[in-house]
Amino acid sequence: MNNNDTQDNLRESATFDRVTMAEIRRAAETGIYDIRGFGAKRKLPHFDDLLFLGASMSRYPLEGYREACETKVVLGTRFAKKPIIIDTPVTIAGMSFGALSANAKEALGRGASAVGTSTTTGDGGMTPEERGQSDKLVYQYLPSRYGMNPDDLRKADAIEIVLGQGAKPGGGGMLLGQKITDRVAGMRTLPKGVDQRSACRHPDWTGPDDLAIKIQELREITDWQVPIYIKIGATRTYYDVKLAVKAGADVVVVDGMQGGTAATQEVFIEHVGIPTLAAIPQAVQALQDMGMHRKVQLIVSGGIRNGADVAKCMALGADAVAIGTAALVALGCNDPKYDEEFKQLGSAAGFYDDYHEGKDPAGISTQDPILAQRLNPVDGGRKLANYIRVLTLEAQTIARACGKSNLNNLEPEDMVALTLESAAMAKVPLAGTSWIPGQSF
Amino acid sequence: MQSINLAEHTVRELNQLLHDQSKDLVEDQWEISETSGQHNIACGLNQKLNVGIKGHVGYFCAGMNQHAHVTVHGNAGQGVAENMMSGTVHVKGDASSAAGATSHGGLLVIDGNTGARCGISMKGSDIVVKGNVGHMSCFMAQAGTLVVCGDAGEALGDSLYETVIFVKGKVQSLGADCVEKSVTDKHFKQLKKLLDRAGSEEDPTHFKRYGSARQLYNFKVDNAY
Ligand SMILES: Cc1cc2nc3c(=O)[nH]c(=O)nc-3n(C[C@H](O)[C@H](O)[C@H](O)COP(=O)(O)O)c2cc1C
Repeated sequence: MNNNDTQDNLRESATFDRVTMAEIRRAAETGIYDIRGFGAKRKLPHFDDLLFLGASMSRYPLEGYREACETKVVLGTRFAKKPIIIDTPVTIAGMSFGALSANAKEALGRGASAVGTSTTTGDGGMTPEERGQSDKLVYQYLPSRYGMNPDDLRKADAIEIVLGQGAKPGGGGMLLGQKITDRVAGMRTLPKGVDQRSACRHPDWTGPDDLAIKIQELREITDWQVPIYIKIGATRTYYDVKLAVKAGADVVVVDGMQGGTAATQEVFIEHVGIPTLAAIPQAVQALQDMGMHRKVQLIVSGGIRNGADVAKCMALGADAVAIGTAALVALGCNDPKYDEEFKQLGSAAGFYDDYHEGKDPAGISTQDPILAQRLNPVDGGRKLANYIRVLTLEAQTIARACGKSNLNNLEPEDMVALTLESAAMAKVPLAGTSWIPGQSF
Repeated sequence: MQSINLAEHTVRELNQLLHDQSKDLVEDQWEISETSGQHNIACGLNQKLNVGIKGHVGYFCAGMNQHAHVTVHGNAGQGVAENMMSGTVHVKGDASSAAGATSHGGLLVIDGNTGARCGISMKGSDIVVKGNVGHMSCFMAQAGTLVVCGDAGEALGDSLYETVIFVKGKVQSLGADCVEKSVTDKHFKQLKKLLDRAGSEEDPTHFKRYGSARQLYNFKVDNAY
C-alpha cells in the first residue's frame, strides 16, 4: 500500500501497518496497554451496508413534507405505572459526570429536553445540573454503584441497570486520576487522583434469577412507578435479551461494539463484542420468540450518526436508539477549530480519542474548570437539539419514502444489503437478489 | 404498634404502607410476621421507624435503608441492607452473601455469620459481624469499617480502597493490596465505640487491623508516552 508522502517503490505491510508498529513501540516504551475513549475505529459491517427500497409501483409513498409520520415512542409499557413518552426515538445514552464536564452534562439535558427526549446519567451518579435540565432522566444503576442513593433513584424517570457496554462487554468503567477532582471523588467516595477502575459485575447479585429479585427490589423502592431498563453490551445477544426479559425488564438496551466509551483499553474496544448491525436482529428474534416484541421495548446504540442509521435500526425492529459519540460531536467534540490544540496533544481534530486524559480542548471530556468553560451549556443544548431534529427529519424522510406513517412501521422488508456480511447479519437480501445468506439459496 | 402478617398481605402492600410513613408519619412501631423468607421485605424505608421482623427473610431485606431501625429475628438472604444510607439493621441470625453491599452509612449488625462478599464495595457504613465472614469480604470496599469477631475467609479486602477492617480471629488469606496495619490507641478507641454500638462486649485489643496498601491506586507507567 502506498501513501502520498512515501515513495512509490515502498510498500507498507497490511499486517504491520504504521499504526500497528507505533503501538508496538508505545507498548515497549511504557509497559502499559493503551487506554482511550471513543468507539471501535476499525471498519466493521455497519448500517452503511444497508439500503432502503423506496416506494414505486408496488408500494405507495407518503408526501415528504406534509403527510404525518409519527415519531413518538412509549418506553416501559410492561410494568411501570409511568412509562416514558418521548417525541423522537433518538435518546441520549448514559455518559458519566466525571467522564464529561458538568457543562457537557447540562448541555445534553438541555438538548434532549428541547426535543422531548430522554437523557441518561452514567457511572458516577446524578448531578443536580443534569436533573434540573433534563425533563426525562434515566438513572443508571451500575456495578460500581458510585453515588447510588435512593433519593436520586426516586427522582429518576426510569432506571437503567447496566450489565455492560458495547465498547467493553465484560469490563468495568475506567476514570483515570487526572479526572478525579474533589467533586468527582466526593460523588464516588474515592480518594482524589486514583486511577479508578469500576467493578465489572454487580456486587449483590450474580445470575439472571438473582437479577429478577434485584429488579423487584428496585420496583419496590420506587413503588413500581418507573420503567426499568437493562443495558447489555452486544455479545451473545439472543440469549442475553431473553434472560433480560425473563428477569423482568421493561426495556432492553443493546449497545453494539462500535459504541463509544470514555476510557477503555484499546484491545477491548477493538476486539470484544459484535457489531451493532449483527446484534439487532438477534435481539429482535429473542423478543419475537418470547412473544414480547413491542411489549418490551428495544433501544439500540453503537455507531448511530444520521437519520438513515436511525431508520435502519427501526426497520430492523428497534423501538428507539441512543446516541453517545454523535451527541458529543454535536456539542463540539473533535471540532476542527481546536485543531492546533489537538495537535499539541499529539492528535488532530477528527482523531482525538484521549478522553481519559481530561485535556479536551473542546471542554467536553474534561474536569478542568478552564477548559470546561469553553462549552456553553445553552449553546451546546441548542446544537444538540438541532442535531436530533435533523436525525428525526431524515428518518421521517426515509419512512415516508417507504410509505410509512409511523417510523415504527419500517420493517426489514424495506431494506436490502450491499455486502454478503451485512446481508447475513441483518437478515435482509443482498441487493438485486432474494438471497439472505443462511436462510435461502 | 402495627402488625402485618405476610401470610395475609403481600410484600408490596407492606412496603407501600411503610413508604407511606415517609410522607405522613402515622405509626413508627411495626412488627412483621410469617415472612417465609420472602424477598425485598422492608426495602426503601425513609423514615425513623422501628421495624421488627419475626422470621427469616430473603434477598435485599432493608435494602437502601434510610433512618429506620430494622431488626430481623431470624436469618437474612443475600444483600441484606444493601446500599443502606443511614439507620440500623440488626440480623439476629446468619446472613447470606453480600451483606451490606455498597452501603454508604448506618450500622449493620449480624449476630451470626455471613456468606461471601460481606461489605463488598461498601462506601462508608459500619458493619459488625459477631461470627465469621465468607470469602472476598470487603472486595473493592471504599470507605467505612467492617468488624469481624470471628474468622474471615479467603481474599479478605481484595482491591481495597479506604475501608478499615478489624478481625479478631483467623484470616484465611488477604486479597490483592490488603495488608495488616499497626493498631494504635486511637484505633482501639474507635473500635470500642463501634463494638459498644453493636452491643458487643469483645475486647478491642484482641483485634488486628487491615487496610489498603494503596499499591493499586494508580497504573504503573514505565515512561509516560
Ligand atoms: C464519554 C462517554 C462516556 C460514557 N459513559 C458511560 C457510562 O457511564 N455508562 C454507560 O453505560 N455507558 C457509557 N458510555 C457508553 C454510552 O452509553 C453508549 O453506549 C455509547 O456511547 C453508544 O455508542 P455511540 O457512542 O456510538 O453512540 C459512554 C460513552 C461515552 C462516549
